[in-house]
Amino acid sequence: MHEWALAEAVAVAAAEVAEQEGIASAHSLEVHVGELQQIDLEAFEFGLRLICQETERLTEVVPRLVIDPARLACRRCGHQWLLADSLTALSEDEREAVHFLPEAAHAYLGCPACSSPDFETVAGRGVSIAGISA
Amino acid sequence: MDPRPAITERRLAGVRRILVVTGGKGGIGKSSVAAGLALSMARAGHRVGLLDLDLSCPSAHVILGIGESTPEEDRGLVPLVAHGITFLSMASFTGERAAPIRGSETSDALLEMLAVTRWGNLDVLLVDSPPGLGDALMDMVSLLPRAEFVVVAGPSPVVLAVVRRTLDLLRRVDAPMAGLIENMRAPADPVGAIAAALDPALPVLASVEFDTGLAASVGDAERLASSTFMRQLEPAARALVPAPPNGD
Ligand SMILES: Nc1ncnc2c1ncn2[C@@H]1O[C@H](COP(=O)(O)OP(=O)(O)OP(=O)(O)O)[C@@H](O)[C@H]1O
Ligand SMILES: [Mg+2]
Ligand SMILES: [Zn+2]
Repeated sequence: MHEWALAEAVAVAAAEVAEQEGIASAHSLEVHVGELQQIDLEAFEFGLRLICQETERLTEVVPRLVIDPARLACRRCGHQWLLADSLTALSEDEREAVHFLPEAAHAYLGCPACSSPDFETVAGRGVSIAGISA
Repeated sequence: MDPRPAITERRLAGVRRILVVTGGKGGIGKSSVAAGLALSMARAGHRVGLLDLDLSCPSAHVILGIGESTPEEDRGLVPLVAHGITFLSMASFTGERAAPIRGSETSDALLEMLAVTRWGNLDVLLVDSPPGLGDALMDMVSLLPRAEFVVVAGPSPVVLAVVRRTLDLLRRVDAPMAGLIENMRAPADPVGAIAAALDPALPVLASVEFDTGLAASVGDAERLASSTFMRQLEPAARALVPAPPNGD
């Protein structure tokens, strides 16, 4: 699972923040997960819990995951749309490619209004840490 | 907060040397040199990785004849191994489709690759870079602080003018320079003339002539390995692999 690698990144980064902010033992960790990356939430959360248990300052943490809907905006015509509306157009292989590397979406998706692949991901791309506290 | 930068150094912990092949100007042989160096080093028995960071126009897989199969997923992304080279390219994710990736998305894609790829233990990780001095090159400088730069240059004044800008930029960001590779030299011209026109202080790692047979070996690693291009590139491959540590 490559969810494990992302969970490791979150734990390492969160431990660094905890240290900088003088948090000896963090209890809450909020992680935002962008819809575009199509993460297996169960696997990600499982990995994150396991890794946190073994990470200094994070052993008591209960991660909270929030899914960010992916919103895309066309750079050509300005149209904005939700990824959820165009996901079904992707084959399994294409979804997997976007899962590994969200920017691969440009190969398979186009603006619903003008078909251009030149769009930007305004929200909901990947994994980010929204907050950590004692 | 983006968690990915915190893990990249750890992901590259088993990599002894990172070499970015650059030059600024398009079409001067950056990808051919990166792929050729990787092949040459791998055939000499070194552990070599090749990361194609030309996200929109990857070509290292074409030069080496590596199919577009997807890397394995095992606690991260495990790159393919082809011709003894541990290999990762955007082509694995975009196939033959065009993917216009620009601006901050270039950094996003590069960071993602660095954050999730498990390279394992490598003597050298070679990185092929797109033309230009913008997004990709500056990202490599910031995100790969250990990277050393191998600059490719050809004899044309048009190429030299752009390579000079590239060298100026790399110097101004204090990027470590591994040396220069002269490429597409006219057989009648002396070795070192291209370097002399740029910066006599730069070490010349190899001087490669224009090889009229090269096009015919594209996509065929065996044929490429026995080309004049590769024979003339080999001194660079030897110079750039770190000597084994004591007791290795
Ligand atoms: N020494 C050489 N002799 C003959 N042809 C060469 C030589 N080096 C490169 N080429 C050819 O020149 C073309 C461009 O090479 P290559 O794709 O490696 O350049 P590049 O700098 O990576 O280009 P880009 O800027 O588009 O990424 C290819 O067709 C390649 O086979
Ligand atoms: Mg190239
Ligand atoms: Zn549009």
